[in-house]
Amino acid sequence: MAAPKKAAASAEQDKTNGGSPPEFTREQELKALRDMLLIRRFEEKAGQLYGMGAIGGFCHLYIGQEAVVVGMQMALKQGDQVITGYRDHGHMLATGMDANGVMAELTGRRGGYSKGKGGSMHMFSKEKHFYGGHGIVGAQVSLGTGLAFANNYRSNGNVSVTYFGDGAANQGQVYESFNMAELWKLPVIYVIENNRYAMGTSVSRASAQQDFSKRGVSFNIPGKQVDGMDVRAVKAAGEEAAAWCRAGKGPFILEMQTYRYRGHSMSDPAKYRTREEVEKVRHDQDPIEQVRNRLLAAKVSEADLKAIDAEVRDIVNASADFAQHDPEPDAAELWTDVYR
Amino acid sequence: MPIQVLMPALSPTMEKGNLAKWLKKEGETIKSGDVIAEIETDKATMEVEATDEGTLGKILIPEGTADVAVNTPIATILADGESAADLAKAPAPAAKAAESAPPAAAKAEAPAPKAAPAPQAVAEPDPEVPAGTEMITQTIREALRDAMAEEMRRDPDVFVMGEEVAEYQGAYKVTQGLLQEFGARRVIDTPITEHGFAGVGVGAAMTGLKPVVEFMTFNFAMQAIDQIINSAAKTLYMSGGQMGCSIVFRGPNGAAARVAAQHSQDYSAWYSNVPGLKVVAPFSAADYKGLLKAAIRDPNPVIFLENEVLYGHTGEVPKLDDFIVPIGKARIVRAGSHVSIISWSNGMTYALKAADELAKEGIEAEVIDLRTLRPMDTETIINSVKKTGRAVTVEEGWAQSGVGAEIAARIMENAFDYLDAPVARVAGKDVPMPYAANLEKLALPSAAEVVEAAKAVCYR
Repeated sequence: MAAPKKAAASAEQDKTNGGSPPEFTREQELKALRDMLLIRRFEEKAGQLYGMGAIGGFCHLYIGQEAVVVGMQMALKQGDQVITGYRDHGHMLATGMDANGVMAELTGRRGGYSKGKGGSMHMFSKEKHFYGGHGIVGAQVSLGTGLAFANNYRSNGNVSVTYFGDGAANQGQVYESFNMAELWKLPVIYVIENNRYAMGTSVSRASAQQDFSKRGVSFNIPGKQVDGMDVRAVKAAGEEAAAWCRAGKGPFILEMQTYRYRGHSMSDPAKYRTREEVEKVRHDQDPIEQVRNRLLAAKVSEADLKAIDAEVRDIVNASADFAQHDPEPDAAELWTDVYR
Repeated sequence: MPIQVLMPALSPTMEKGNLAKWLKKEGETIKSGDVIAEIETDKATMEVEATDEGTLGKILIPEGTADVAVNTPIATILADGESAADLAKAPAPAAKAAESAPPAAAKAEAPAPKAAPAPQAVAEPDPEVPAGTEMITQTIREALRDAMAEEMRRDPDVFVMGEEVAEYQGAYKVTQGLLQEFGARRVIDTPITEHGFAGVGVGAAMTGLKPVVEFMTFNFAMQAIDQIINSAAKTLYMSGGQMGCSIVFRGPNGAAARVAAQHSQDYSAWYSNVPGLKVVAPFSAADYKGLLKAAIRDPNPVIFLENEVLYGHTGEVPKLDDFIVPIGKARIVRAGSHVSIISWSNGMTYALKAADELAKEGIEAEVIDLRTLRPMDTETIINSVKKTGRAVTVEEGWAQSGVGAEIAARIMENAFDYLDAPVARVAGKDVPMPYAANLEKLALPSAAEVVEAAKAVCYR
């Protein structure tokens, strides 16, 4: 039977370094804070715009999970690829994609990353090595394995960071991909973002093996459970996994134990978990507050932190402004980009 | 009574093979299960095991004989107590086999009727081939292999992946020799995992590599169709033109022979429904080669539908350094003025046969090989219908929402006033493909049905 499940996002579960993760330098802490804040404020603004009717369709917010993408990005090098599912705004911002372009895509405007033709779940950036943004749960796992295949084919030393959730982890093609990745020793880090709910179905109601770090066991793929609320633990685990991949040893699985504060999408009934549960994680483990508290303890002034808040708010407000005033795509765009 | 050993079939579509080697000599004792000979086709090699005991009486087909028809007696086995004198007795079961398959020596000389195309039926010269070009005769299987090899020599980003494409040399021997020339980095055997390796191919293509993904048959590609459509076909659009994929999905499509419903579906209509995909389904050996090369070079995802029944068929392929047939152009294979018959892939077999029959009755059919289903060459169809005023579509797939239905709609939209009769569709029957030989034959279209439809639209 499955081992008793601990609270998913608890610091004591970090096994990356046998305990507390390596400390960040002040610069690293500040960068992590800034990048996570950007995602948080961006997503809050997106939620607001959705409520105003400026964003249509599906919109899946990343609030609560910021440490995962920010920590992973700090462990990567130029050229490494990132691919994920539909909860993708955080990943895009973390790879350095422009907030205006992301927000304008959410509002379906011509200045969006996909000229308004992709929407929330379908954005790409060749320049930032971001390969989407995929709306079919689990499809990105085979695609991300293909990115790693290409790295291997070209012997370019790059690593594919393939993100998926605890829900996608039950899809068949995930295991088809695991098999090929290990068989061919492909440089891919499978980052399983376990936020404890696949839409409204908790991990315990959907997964026979709830320790996702063990999902590669039958393929001999090593895996680790990581405190995905601690950006330092994420970065350390990411570095270990990337080193494994770059050494030609094949894929590596990182289970990031994290938590989504908001609903699955904007139309979430919030009946499958208690308000108290959400509040507790938010109060005890918030990834941004953790960094802020460490910085304050290290005597960084409130004013310095406020300056970061202000910079981030400016970026987000500017993106919202751009996204609401940028024109919709020209009608002729309907017929472009079907073939090249 | 001596027992006759018959030339076995290695597959449901095999009609003839080579007797490569005898492993037993005349007069040797044979036990049931002994390997007595090796036979081969262009597709595979197989050992012939004895199913009876006795002495190898006489070898009827010497080793090294090529093109021995299936069911031809290749040797006789004498039972205990029988001697060479008994060989003269004509065994009853073998007589029946001999009827359908004439004496081997004669048969070996005669070309197999289905294996050769009917070049006399090709009235129109191929516009893609310059006049005076030297032609070589090769099988469609070889034409496909050559197309891939040429493109792999030309572009290091092209690679081939799929089940059994490398060491096995291809489940249908289409990738024969590629591993030896290009090595395991570029000719990749995958596990049996269509959904997964289709996604891996698309992911690799997103980075700019040019995968040729072989499905052992398109029936198995149903496992992968999400990656083909949701990932390969739509990404260019969803990314606003930023990221697309140049990838070819190829393999046999449609009915082979006697493999029943799950292995006999024609996916022409399915894939040709999807914007973002190009869909190619050639008939002639030259088109197989020229279109596969074009497909590999195309910057878009291309579905390349082959037909297993055609793999062993031979045709004339231009001997050119770089023979490309452009995607999206139909070809008038036979000119005529009374009725347009429009088909593609193996449907052309029925169409051309029907045109021959119709000619005997004074009806000159214009036969159009679409070659590409998406983008469809509407212009060639419409110009032909404007001339003939009548059209028949021929496909192995089902009629409902089929490609024939699409062609009929386009004719109605673009040439309604030119039509002298409603467009007729000849299609696979609206049933899963049955296994029994007689039912299977009934389920597929036939030349007779095409003739009947053509006469009907000509009011004859």
